[in-house]
Amino acid sequence: MKLVDEFRDVAVARRLVEDIQQRATRRWVLMEVCGGQTHSLLRNGIDAALADVVELIHGPGCPVCVTPAEDIDLACQLAQQPEVILSSFGDMLRVPGNAGSLLDAKTRGADVRMVYSPLDAVALAQREPQRQIIFFAVGFETTAPTTALAVLQAERLGLKNFSLIVSHVRVLPAMELLMQASDNRVQGFLAAGHVCTVTGFAAYDDFVGEFHVPVAVTGFEPVDLLVGIRDCVMQLESGRVEATNCYGRSVRRSGNAEAQRVIEQAYAISDGPWRGFGIVPRGVLRLRPELQRFDATQRFGVIESRPCLFNECRAPDVLSGRIKPPDCRHFGASCVPETPLGAPMVSSEGACAAYYRYGGHTATAPLAAK
Amino acid sequence: MCLAVPGKVVRWLDREPLFARAEIEFEGVRRVCHMACVPEAELGEFVIVHAGVAISRVDAAEAQQLLHELRSLSESSEEPSL
Repeated sequence: MKLVDEFRDVAVARRLVEDIQQRATRRWVLMEVCGGQTHSLLRNGIDAALADVVELIHGPGCPVCVTPAEDIDLACQLAQQPEVILSSFGDMLRVPGNAGSLLDAKTRGADVRMVYSPLDAVALAQREPQRQIIFFAVGFETTAPTTALAVLQAERLGLKNFSLIVSHVRVLPAMELLMQASDNRVQGFLAAGHVCTVTGFAAYDDFVGEFHVPVAVTGFEPVDLLVGIRDCVMQLESGRVEATNCYGRSVRRSGNAEAQRVIEQAYAISDGPWRGFGIVPRGVLRLRPELQRFDATQRFGVIESRPCLFNECRAPDVLSGRIKPPDCRHFGASCVPETPLGAPMVSSEGACAAYYRYGGHTATAPLAAK
Repeated sequence: MCLAVPGKVVRWLDREPLFARAEIEFEGVRRVCHMACVPEAELGEFVIVHAGVAISRVDAAEAQQLLHELRSLSESSEEPSL
């Protein structure tokens, strides 16, 4: 695929690995923020290839992993209403709340449907005017414009049978929490390239200034990841600290103004809960008051949440980089993708799923093979 | 969730801002994608698509410049892509 294959070039990637190894005078601790980056790092053996000079710890950038269990419970209960079609992204359907997942609800007879795009759910509402279509809106700033467009389209079309459960989260406040933790080990960040495509990276200047930590906006292909890692290592070795853009083909300093505009039309920033993190100041997006009629909790009523049953899952420690998935005693034993204890083992962006899938195969990964 | 892929704009279908759509080609397969966030995208240009919505116009010159710099780092190789 054009603009993908070029950034998977083995020769270039190997040379970058050597370059990083030559530049590093000690072992640096970097965090890749996005779960998509985690999977690419492990799939390509980058973590193993650089193990002597870089420790990669895995960040909170798995949106379905940090979606509150209470929101999943709400979605499951609303899905049981006979007039409701509950739709969301495929990943979200498999993540357990306190009383099972949306797929579990589907097996009990609920009409739960996977959609590729939130705008497909709007089209579904147009096709099925006798049904109530609820879209479970999760994701970081990358995804927020897509669900914002959905609700703005529904408003323009005058749809009375479309609503959202909004569980959007914002990346930067979580990075700030991680840096404020007393046991923080992160010395540099690979920022999430597609989040920054929307938001830009000017906002990281204050973060870099406050915490004195380099941030390299980084893409997802192996060469992109290695360019980001090399930039962080060069900054750390030289004592320079700044926010740099290593994913320039997609990211502009000020981001995508149109995407930001639709987010602002639909959503307001708020304090709110992240699964495993508690309340994150300015960490979530909520529908603006003038769009409250599209809020499923307003339309159908809020359902009382129950205490979390998944207290054996160490997702909070995994998502904050305190432990690696294999450090959890349940990993690969009582917790596997088919019977997960928690979200990081389910999601295609979860760190536990990445280790389960690729962790035992690093010797055959392209960059780990000698 | 944040995965997004580049595709080529081959045909505009609707230019109304909130409902803008175009056909985007991904390795020979065409899909209708929403273009409200990239209203200035031109035919033949690559855009990055996430969840059916184009979120960025690809800066192809920037991509080529980075690749040129990186290839000057690496020795010639016959190895396949990862």
